[in-house]
Formats: sequence, structure tokens, C-alpha cells
Amino acid sequence: MLIAAPMSSLLALAVLGVLAGGEMWRHRLIYVCCAIASLALLVGGARHLGQSPGTGPAFILPIGLPWMEAHFRLDNLSALFMVVVNIATCAASVFGIGYCSHLPEPRRVTPFFPLFLFGMNAVLIADDAFMFLVSWEFMSLSSWLLVLADHRTAENRDAALVYLIMATFGTFCLLTCFGLLAGPEGAYSFAAMRDAKLEPVAGFLVVALALMGAGSKAGLVPLHAWLPLAHPAAPSHVSALMSGVMTKVALYGLIRILFDLHGHVPWGWGAAIMVIGGITAVLGVLYAILQDDLKKLLAYSTVENIGVVVIGLGLAIAFKDGGEKTLAALALVAGLYHIVNHSIFKTLLFLSAGAVITATGERDLGRLGGLLKRMPWTGAATLVGAAAISALPPLNGFVSEWLIFQSLFKGPSLPHWAMKFGVPVVGAMLALAAALAATCFVRAYGIAFLGRPRSPEAAQAHAIPGTMRWTMAVLAALCVVLGAVPVTLTEALSAVVQPLTGINIAVSADLGWPWLSPVSSTRGSYSGTVLVLTGAALFVISIVLVHGFGTTRTRRADAWDCGHRENIPETQYTGQSFAQPLRRVFGSSLFGARETVDMPEPGDLGPARLVVRLIDPVWIIFYQSVIRVVGFLADRVNRMQFLTVRRYLLMMFATLVFMLLVVAVRQTQ
Amino acid sequence: MVLTQLSYDMAHLIGAGVLMAGFQLLYQRRLFAVLNTFAFQALALAAAAAWQAHIQNAPHLYVTAGIALVFKAMIVPFALHWLVERLGIHKTVETAMSIGWTMIAGVALVALSILLVLPVTANAAALTRESLAMAMSVVLLGLLMMITRHNAVTQVVGFMALENGLILAAVSAKGMPLVVEISVAFSVLVAMTLFGIFFFRIRERFETLDLNDLETYRGDRQ
Amino acid sequence: MTPVIWQLVQIFLVVGLAPAVTGWVRLVKSRLQGRIGASPLQPYRDIYRLLQKEAVVAHSASWVFRAAPYVTFSAVWLAAAIIPAFTTDLVLVPAADLIALVALLGVARFWTALAGMDVGTAFGGIGASREMMIASLAEPAMLMVTFSLSLITGTTAPAQIIGFVLSGGVGIEVSMGLALAALVMVSIAENGRIPIDNPATHLELTMVHEAMVLEYSGRHLALMEGAGMVRLTLYMALIGSIFAPWGIALPGAGAVGLTIGLGAFLAKCFVLATVLAVFETVIAKMRVFRYADFLGGALLLGLLATIFIYVSEAV
Repeated sequence: MLIAAPMSSLLALAVLGVLAGGEMWRHRLIYVCCAIASLALLVGGARHLGQSPGTGPAFILPIGLPWMEAHFRLDNLSALFMVVVNIATCAASVFGIGYCSHLPEPRRVTPFFPLFLFGMNAVLIADDAFMFLVSWEFMSLSSWLLVLADHRTAENRDAALVYLIMATFGTFCLLTCFGLLAGPEGAYSFAAMRDAKLEPVAGFLVVALALMGAGSKAGLVPLHAWLPLAHPAAPSHVSALMSGVMTKVALYGLIRILFDLHGHVPWGWGAAIMVIGGITAVLGVLYAILQDDLKKLLAYSTVENIGVVVIGLGLAIAFKDGGEKTLAALALVAGLYHIVNHSIFKTLLFLSAGAVITATGERDLGRLGGLLKRMPWTGAATLVGAAAISALPPLNGFVSEWLIFQSLFKGPSLPHWAMKFGVPVVGAMLALAAALAATCFVRAYGIAFLGRPRSPEAAQAHAIPGTMRWTMAVLAALCVVLGAVPVTLTEALSAVVQPLTGINIAVSADLGWPWLSPVSSTRGSYSGTVLVLTGAALFVISIVLVHGFGTTRTRRADAWDCGHRENIPETQYTGQSFAQPLRRVFGSSLFGARETVDMPEPGDLGPARLVVRLIDPVWIIFYQSVIRVVGFLADRVNRMQFLTVRRYLLMMFATLVFMLLVVAVRQTQ
Repeated sequence: MVLTQLSYDMAHLIGAGVLMAGFQLLYQRRLFAVLNTFAFQALALAAAAAWQAHIQNAPHLYVTAGIALVFKAMIVPFALHWLVERLGIHKTVETAMSIGWTMIAGVALVALSILLVLPVTANAAALTRESLAMAMSVVLLGLLMMITRHNAVTQVVGFMALENGLILAAVSAKGMPLVVEISVAFSVLVAMTLFGIFFFRIRERFETLDLNDLETYRGDRQ
Repeated sequence: MTPVIWQLVQIFLVVGLAPAVTGWVRLVKSRLQGRIGASPLQPYRDIYRLLQKEAVVAHSASWVFRAAPYVTFSAVWLAAAIIPAFTTDLVLVPAADLIALVALLGVARFWTALAGMDVGTAFGGIGASREMMIASLAEPAMLMVTFSLSLITGTTAPAQIIGFVLSGGVGIEVSMGLALAALVMVSIAENGRIPIDNPATHLELTMVHEAMVLEYSGRHLALMEGAGMVRLTLYMALIGSIFAPWGIALPGAGAVGLTIGLGAFLAKCFVLATVLAVFETVIAKMRVFRYADFLGGALLLGLLATIFIYVSEAV
């Protein structure tokens, strides 16, 4: 009931959204209703998550094609993702209440927003391939419409086109994947797929196709190229959902297929997935560091975090195949924990970017600065989000990172040489990505919120509605809570992974609450709670000591700056100059970064210009070659437009005969 | 067996010293630093040989150690040093591949040699296995150095480092005849002399030691 | 109750000892450079003097600038309190393993870098940018060291690692040597010592850490400097306890054992500080864009340390 009612009301809201017209209060009302529906779904998911560890109730609805009923089911995994999705959707809806009036064309957003929510939730509860794919398309198309919301800029139109192509590609892969899973009998319900036995070749293809289909949606390298184009193009609260949650729905699809429907993925795929995750994480964060557009930076950082999650999934697959059930469960718990975390802090950061855009109209880092003083609440919440995504204790990002490292460090216990050598390399990549993420967010936060304003717009940032502030505050509080008290969540997660790995691990073995100590207490342990309390105590002691021994006098003065007294904000470090050392370290070989300086002629008073050019190797290798091949084929096919009728008939006839031949050959075998 | 374990560990540690010097060679940017590092590597090699002589109770290995110490740790670096000074060769190392990537490639080569050696020597004692893996890594690193550095002097050093790896393998395996080692050592010395003469000749004719420039003078291109 | 008491001792010991360690390094360096040098107790006086001065805060600074010294100091302090220096019998030891310690130092760095950018000067930006570049290579190197230690000893908890090493479970392993080399390189970088950064320079284009804290004065500067001193002591305790754990008191050791542990810790700090001073005197500062090679080398050494374990162990 808690699921069905809000789902249908979301559909109704979409219709109402079309009728909303230009009246702003109607738009607000729709967002309020969306928030309530999300809240209901959140409660529904959470209640199920709390209740039974096994499978949930199944519904069969007589909709869809005449001979196919629609199966829905809510098991532990989908309940978890339902909670994840709806925390973010609820936040985004509340944010939307205040934000929708700042959009250029709210009428192009409001109707599709509930549809998007509906699509994501429907993917989670679908229990057959048909409903899954329909909901998946629902999700893709509604988000595509939202990407097109601001269709006036050519950049957004291009982004939408690339997105549409990639979404079609993804769905095509998933369609084929489910086709293989369903087998020749066409058993399209998930229950039947679970029981079916896969041939080795089919099993191999299923994993590859699932990786391509769900991976392209999630943003795995090299299928990530659309993501940083499309996610920032949508309005910020939608970007938050696309980056924070839609990628998670894609990962849900991946987990569902690899761990549940496929059942037995060989370790080699685990190793491959782990390496893909490592590469995705490092490349994603390196791209993010080089971005100047706040939302693009966040989108690339999503790519990184997806990579981190996928490392956990790959490890879990390898451990599961290697018979190490406890470690498989640990790696999966770590991955899921990161999914939960990322959905929270990425939503928070995108909403904050929305707040910045509302307040200043700018999203270019080079034109921001000093916002913490103008927007203290947004600034504080963003600081929490930035620290959390940088994996700093005691916030939530660190807990999942810690769990992933703990399971990664056990990787060499597997007997395969590829794993023994691969795991340290992936470990180095993960560590590199984590450290680079901190750099990335020091840069983003330091440039946008600290320092002096770099443009009049930033200097005159105006207030944002209270609903937006409160949403961010709640999300920031969630980051703190999930970091300081992680054990509650890990217990819920280990119940979720039990059916997938066949074991219920105690993530806080031996030591009990509030200590995280996977496997055993001597393997290494962590307690966010104790760290918070001790850290707070030391913080207070240091204040007391400093103020006890010294003076508390403070004077405000001009900045010292080694005696360079100036009042020009342009002398500050910019995003590009901050990234320069890392660009020189990584950029010149990975992205072919080239810097050219245009000096003005002697006597010319114009400024010298430093131009940085970056080349995306992935784009050139994968996409441009595909484009070239498609272009070449299109040219060839183009000739067929000018054939005679007789030749067209000949082609049809040849095709028919070929098909018949195929059937004949298959029957004789 | 405590003593044996300790002596094994020492042998590995000295072997690792040779390997680390191989990495250092890749890391250096100055010609003299390369020569010093090479001298250090030869020193570590001499120590490895002496230690093996001690634990294997094989006095002929002391000779090997002596050869390494005198020829490779002293004469060759000094001679090259003198050559560089004498010919006024540019004193920075010219790289064909950035240092970072060379070192990543180096680690990959070490991993590769471990991967190759381990299955082959699955039944051998830990001593042989580890030493063989290290010796092979040193050989490959020497080759890598020859590939990724332009200057002829660094090429010679790379070649000698490669040869150090061979000696390391030889001293770790029991029963290597002394004659072989001495002949290898002398061949290196001869090679060194030849290189020296070539340097002079090349230098006289083309006024450079950069191999890229020498390419244009290859017979088949004319 | 004893673990609680020893924990309190450790908490105040690291802070109380840190200025003396730094002072000793400075003294040895000045002697080696032919100067008489200040007494090793000079840093205490410096900090006291700074505490007495009023703090000057730039107009453009926000609350991040004023909070950062306290957060930085308490994060480093917390990390230093958790590494077993003279005994492993501390109540807080299970709260954070080596991974969490690396991250705690990351917290301090995050805030210092933000504080550097807060005033909005070019120097702050240059410092923050370079510090983060160094950290983004040093932190992974440190994690790879942790990885190899965890492969050798089967745990990431410092107390357990020390116990394992002390019980003779580790011989002279190549991996341990490589890990030690990597850790030393990381600690040089993280503490801003030569050849990465020069703790004594001011107003030089190569400076990193000093550029970030350029705007600080009074008690804020005292805290930032104090954090640097505690960090140096922390790395000495880490290297000393893991790679030379002799003398450290295990749980159950009596008063004698703890006294020996304290004495051993002081001796280790003394030796390491002297070695550091000698090293800094004989080596030259490196160009900024050589850092990547140096720290990349540390990262690769850490990687090699993990790989070499497979050879040593009969797998």
C-alpha cells in the first residue's frame, strides 16, 4: 500500500504538471506532492528493510502485453535502493519547491519530474525483464526530457542528443542481456531466470552486456562520455537526481543481474570489473580536477565514485567465486555503503550548486569566490558534503572507503595470480583516486566559497529560499550521522547482501557496537563514534589550553600577503592555476595537456593569455572511431536510396531466403 | 635454522639493494648521479657476492665479489666519469619517455619477472626463487634503461646494469664455475674499452653522442 | 583502568615532547652548518610567545580561517594519540587503524589548505595547490605501505602489527625494507622537510607549507606550528614503533616495562631526529615538478613492497 499509492500518485502528478501552466503556486504544490510521495516510498522501503530478511511480497498486475502479466516485487535489495533513491528524491523535491521559480522555463520541468521519480522507483520493484526494461526506458526518456529543459543553448541540445544515443545503446544491451537470460523458452520473469542454467558462452555475454548496458548508464569508463555533458545540462535538482540516484539505479541493475539473476559470475570477470572500476575512479577524478564548471566537476566526480563502488562489486564477485563468502559479503557491503553515501553527498553538492546558481547566476569557478560569507548556511552544508566526498573521517564517505580498503587488502588471499597482482594495483588506483578527490574538492570549495569574490555577481550573491537551505542542512546532517554511527547501517546492509552471497556477516565482529571490525577485531577496526567524541574532547582541550595560556585578543586588518598590498581579486589563485601542478603531473601524458602563452606585442597593454588545451583520449579512441565507422556505413547505405524497385525487391527476396536458410540449418542440427 | 633464515634474509636484502639501485638508475636525471648510482649498484652486487660466498662456503665467489668491487664499482664509473668530462658531454640524462612512466614500466617488469619465475621455481627453496626474481628484474630494468635513454653513456650504464643482473643470478645459484664469471667480467671490460674508443670516434666525427642524431648516419639510410 | 591512564599519558606526552623534537632537529642542523644554534627548548618559548600575541585576521577571512588551526591541531593530535608510542595498551588504539590514521592526517591537511585559500591571496593559493598535489601522491604511497604491512602481518591495526613484529613473525624481509623506504619518503614529504619543502624558508617561491599559513599570527600560528611539530613526532613514533618496535610495552607489562617503553620511545625520537637533521643538511632542495617523480617513486616502492611479499612467502 505504501508503495502502490505513491507510485500511482506520481503518475497523476505528471498529468497535473502538464496542466500547471504559468501559475507558480501550482508548480510548488506539485513539488510538495512529489516530496510527500517520495517520503511515503522512503518509509515503505525502510519498513521492509527493517522487517524480513528474505524475499518480499510479489504483486502481479494484468497490465502490459495481453499474454504477459507485470510482475512486481519488493525484496531486500530493492528496498535498500528504494530508501537510497527516495532520500534523494525527497530532498530534491523539497529543494524544487523553492527552486522551480528560479528556472527559466518551469513548465518544461514540472511535468517530467514526477515521471522521472516514477521511472526510477519502478525499475527497483520490477520483477520481470519486460517491466524492468519499460521502467528503465521511462527513467531514461523522462530524464532526457529534463536534460532538454533548457533547450535554447546549443550545448544542452548536443548533450541531450549524446545522452539519447547512449541511453538507446544501453537499453539495447540490456534487452539483449535479458534475452540471453530468458533463454530459448522466453522465461522473462526474474524468478524463472534465477532458476535457469546458463551456458558458459551465454553467461559470458550476459555479464559483458550487463556491464555495457548498466555501465553506460552508471558512467563506467569508457562509456562515461555522455554523463558530464548530460547531468549538468538539466536543472540542478534534476542533476542531483541523475548523478546521485539514477546512476545508483543503474548499479542496482548491475547488482541484480550479476549477483541475483546470473548467479555464478566467474572470478575473471570480477578481476576485470575491479580494474575497470579502478580506471574509472582515477580518470573520473582527474577529469573532475581539471573542470572549471561547477556542475561538470560534480558530474565527473560521480564517475569517480561509481568507479569506487564498482571496485567493491568486482571484488565481491571474485571472492564469491573463490568461495570466500565472508569477504564477498564484506566487499558487497562496502560497495552498497558507498552507494548510500554517494547518493547523499552528491545530491547535497548538486543542490548546493543549484543554490549557488540561484544566488549568483554563475557556475564557472573563475567567477565565484567568497560565497561562504554571503551564504553561510549553504557554505557550511557544502563544506560537510565536500569533506564527506573527500573520504575524511568522521564523515560517511570515509566509512565506505575504509570498508572497501579492508576488503581489498584481503584480495591477495585469492589463489589467482591475476588477483594477487591486480589487487595491489587497483589498491594504488583507489588510494590515488581518494587522495585526488580531496584535492578536487579543496579546489572546488576553496575557489567557490572561500577567498574574495571574483565577479560582481558573486559579490552580490542574494539569499536563497529557506526550503533550499533546510534540504541541504538535513542532507549534511545525514552525512555526519552515517559517518559517526556506521554500525546501524552496516547491519542493515549485511541483511541485504545475505541472499546475494549466502552469508550474513557481522561487520562489527567481536567488539560490538560502535566498533567496525570486519572479519575479526585483530584485523583492524574503526569507530567513527569514538573518534568523534575523542576529537571533540581534544578540540575543546586545545581551545582551553590556548585561551588559558595566551590571549584571546583578535584584530581585523588587511591581508598580509608578504607585504603585497593590493585589492585586486584577480590576483587570487583560480581553478586553473590550482589544478596546474596536477595537470603537469598527470595531464600531459593522459590528456595531452598543452599550455600556450600568447604574449602581447611590446607596447601593447593588453593582457597575456595562457591557453590550456586538453584532449580526451577516451573520446578520440572510442567515440570518434565509432562516429567514423557509422559515417562510413551511412555513406555506403546512402546509395541504396536510389535503387530501382526491382532491386529493392531483390534485396527483400534475398533476405527472406537467407532467413529461411538459417531456420532450415538450425532445424537440421 | 635461525641462522640460515637470517642469512637468507640478508641475501635477499642485499639483492633488493641491487634492484633498488636499478630503479634509482631510472630515476636519476644527471649523468654523474647515474654513474654514482651505478657504482653503488656494483658495490651492492659485490656485497651480495661476498655474502653468498660466506653462506655457501664457496671461496671462489669472493673473487667475483672482488672483480665486481674493483672493476665495476671503481674502474668503470671512474673511466666513464673521465670520459664525460673529457668529451664535455651534456650532463643531463635525455629521456625518451618521462621518468614517471619509465618507473611504472619498471614496476610492471618486476611484476612480470616475479610472475615468470614463481611458477618455474615452485619447488625450489625460497632463496633461489627470490634471488632469481630479483636478478631477472635487474636485467629487465637494465634493458629498459637502454631503451628509454638517448645518451650513449646512459646506454652503456644500462648495459652494465643488465650484466650486474646476470652476475646476481649467477652468484645466487650454486655451482657456477669461476671461469665463466671471470670471462663475463673481462668481456664487460673489453666492451667498456670498445665503447670508450667508439665514443671518441663518434664524437670526433659527428660531434654528438645523442643516438637520435646518430640514426641519420646509419648505412642503410644513405 | 590502566589503558585509560596510559592513553592520557600518551595524549599529553606527544604534545609535550613535540617542540623538543623539533628543537633538537634545529639544533643539530645549526651545529652541522657551523652555527651555535638555539637551545632545543626554544620552540616552547616560541609557542608561548606566539600565544601571548594578539591574532591578526584579514578582513576577507571567514570563519573557516579561524576554525582551521583548532581543527588541524586536534586532528593531528588525535592521530598522534592513537599511534602506540611507548605501549600498545592504549584504550583508543582500536578506534583507528593505519588507514584511518592516514585519513585523520588528511583532515588536518584539508583544513590547512582551505585556510590557505580563505584569505584570497596568491601565496595561500600556491601553498594549498602544491600541498594538495604532494598529498595526492603521498597519501596513496602511505596506503600502499599499509597494504604491504597488512599482507605481512595480517592486520592494519598498529598495535597488532607491533605485536606481530615483536613476536618474531617477521624476519628481515625485503618487503619491510621497501615499505620502510616508502614510508620515510612519505614522511619527508608530509612534514615538509628537505628535499620537498624547506621548513626554515620564508618568502621563497618554492615554499609550500609556509605559504599556506602565511596569514596566520598569534595563537592561530602557534596552533599551526604546534600541529607541524606534533606531526613530525607522530611520524617518528610510527616509524619507530612499526619498524623498530623494540622496547615498546605490550599489554600486561608492569611499571618497569612501561619505563623501558618510555625510555625507548625517547631514544628513538632522539636517533630519528638526529638522522633527519643530518639528512637535511647533506641534501639539496628539489624543484617543484620533481616532487611527482619522488613521490611517485614512493608509491611505486609501496607497490613493489606488496608484490615482493608473494616471492618471499611460500605461496
